[in-house]
Amino acid sequence: MDLKELYRDVILDHNKRPRNFGTLVPSDAHAEGHNPLCGDQLTVWLRMKDGAIEDIRFEGKGCAISTASASLMTEAVKGKDRTAVMALYGRIHALLTQQDAVPDASLGKLAALSGVREFPARVKCASLCWHTLGAALERGAATVTTE
Amino acid sequence: MSATASLAAPRPAFDAARVRRDFPILEQRVNGRPLVYLDSAASGQRPLPVLRAVERYETHCHANVHRGVHALSQAATEAFEGARERVRRFINAASVREIVFVRGTTEAINLVAQSFGRPRLAPGEEILITALEHHANIVPWQMVCEQTGATLKVAPIDRRGELVLDRFLELLSPRTRVVAVAQVSNALGTVLPVKQITDAAHARGAVVLIDGAQAIPHSRIDVRELGCDFYAFSGHKLYGPTGIGVLYGREELLAAMPPWQGGGDMIRTVSFEKTTYNDLPWKFEAGTPNISGAVGLAAAMDYVKDLGLAAIAGHEQRLLELATAGLARIAGIRIIGTAVRKASVLSFTMEGCHPHDLGTILDAEGVAIRTGHHCAMPVMTFFDIPATARASFGCYNTEEDVEALLAALAKAREVFG
Repeated sequence: MDLKELYRDVILDHNKRPRNFGTLVPSDAHAEGHNPLCGDQLTVWLRMKDGAIEDIRFEGKGCAISTASASLMTEAVKGKDRTAVMALYGRIHALLTQQDAVPDASLGKLAALSGVREFPARVKCASLCWHTLGAALERGAATVTTE
Repeated sequence: MSATASLAAPRPAFDAARVRRDFPILEQRVNGRPLVYLDSAASGQRPLPVLRAVERYETHCHANVHRGVHALSQAATEAFEGARERVRRFINAASVREIVFVRGTTEAINLVAQSFGRPRLAPGEEILITALEHHANIVPWQMVCEQTGATLKVAPIDRRGELVLDRFLELLSPRTRVVAVAQVSNALGTVLPVKQITDAAHARGAVVLIDGAQAIPHSRIDVRELGCDFYAFSGHKLYGPTGIGVLYGREELLAAMPPWQGGGDMIRTVSFEKTTYNDLPWKFEAGTPNISGAVGLAAAMDYVKDLGLAAIAGHEQRLLELATAGLARIAGIRIIGTAVRKASVLSFTMEGCHPHDLGTILDAEGVAIRTGHHCAMPVMTFFDIPATARASFGCYNTEEDVEALLAALAKAREVFG
């Protein structure tokens, strides 16, 4: 178990200075996510244009993995439509859970999350924001949970 | 004479290193480091005498209890009822009829809420708890309030995590039927003045339940001295097995309460027209009980009695003080729960580092602590934090464990800058 693999500089930086942090007014959709295990809570706001994410913000309280994952996600999904977002999440999920998954170049900074797979208890922290984004895209406004 | 003897021979220091050798699970390495187990408030580990008692029961005595005339059934019944007598002695109850075996504290409180509370409570009547209760001493009362129309009242705590006794006494009214309080807060370590609470509640005619889950491993409990009506605790916090716990109830109250669950063992006669119930305490023990659990719990009680509860408590208090002083030297640490009287629990946060991250970093160093809301979400809300990290101490923890905790926290500080 290597802590440096989990808490890479990119993760620590995005935890300390989360990007796209705050609320989005007006927004087209938002969703709340909750991880009862650690009390992580976050809300994702979206503004859509032509079926794609024009702007995105998130706000909430969480651990470094959850905060950094959400911050990195908001940077990665701008301009993408739902299909592209879900495809990206599929690759992230594989990266978080499969020992042999190799991050491809298109993941960019999101590849920093690969260290999480050594810490199974923390996978939920990294995936909460993606579930929440999925709910925002799908249902407009709803609460999702990782339990 | 004994006083003279104890003056002449100073009590030897508590030998935690020797005690530790009784707990085989602590010998392992975790993530390449020697295990430092600081999560006894969640669950204590079991010493060899407990493991051996359970093994001996399983390999020599097991059969169903109160059933057969064959030798094993009698051996099992003797082991089970013998355990009940040892529990009675441990908490100084007047009679084994007052000792009900349950799965744990949670089940004990639910039993009282449903069997004592539900038939008696009426709209306008009140149940009084405190703001530092575990969910197990909140939710069963909320459920019974929904069923009966009674109202749940909550006495506040202050910024140190101490019960505001004046407010508690104000909230105690002629409408209060039940007072249910923890003796020690699992999230904060606060020791509550349960004797004073009990006396005040009785003066108002209320019945008192004490949640002793966190108190039982740290202090000698004498239910008659406390004067409480119900006392609930779990075996696994006292170095016994999981799935076994005790509800103590004053005989007069238990006798007047209807059974909680129906089934075998809790009846005297069954016909389709009318069933009559068994005597205390079996009236409340439907179904085959956790026999080996009771045997293990009694062995655990013998074990802590041999070590001396006062000696254990004194040792844990030294560790708590040492750890508290050490935490104060680490930048950004805030101790949550600074009551004057605390037992064995040290809850804290580190600025810039979420408790969940702290838990992971400490685990990588072999240090096991609890992180989260500790089943006390209202306490977290009161302190406006999502969670805390919590180190808790047991009879097997040493000063080296405290040093390992402090070193691991320094490492976390390093990682999170």
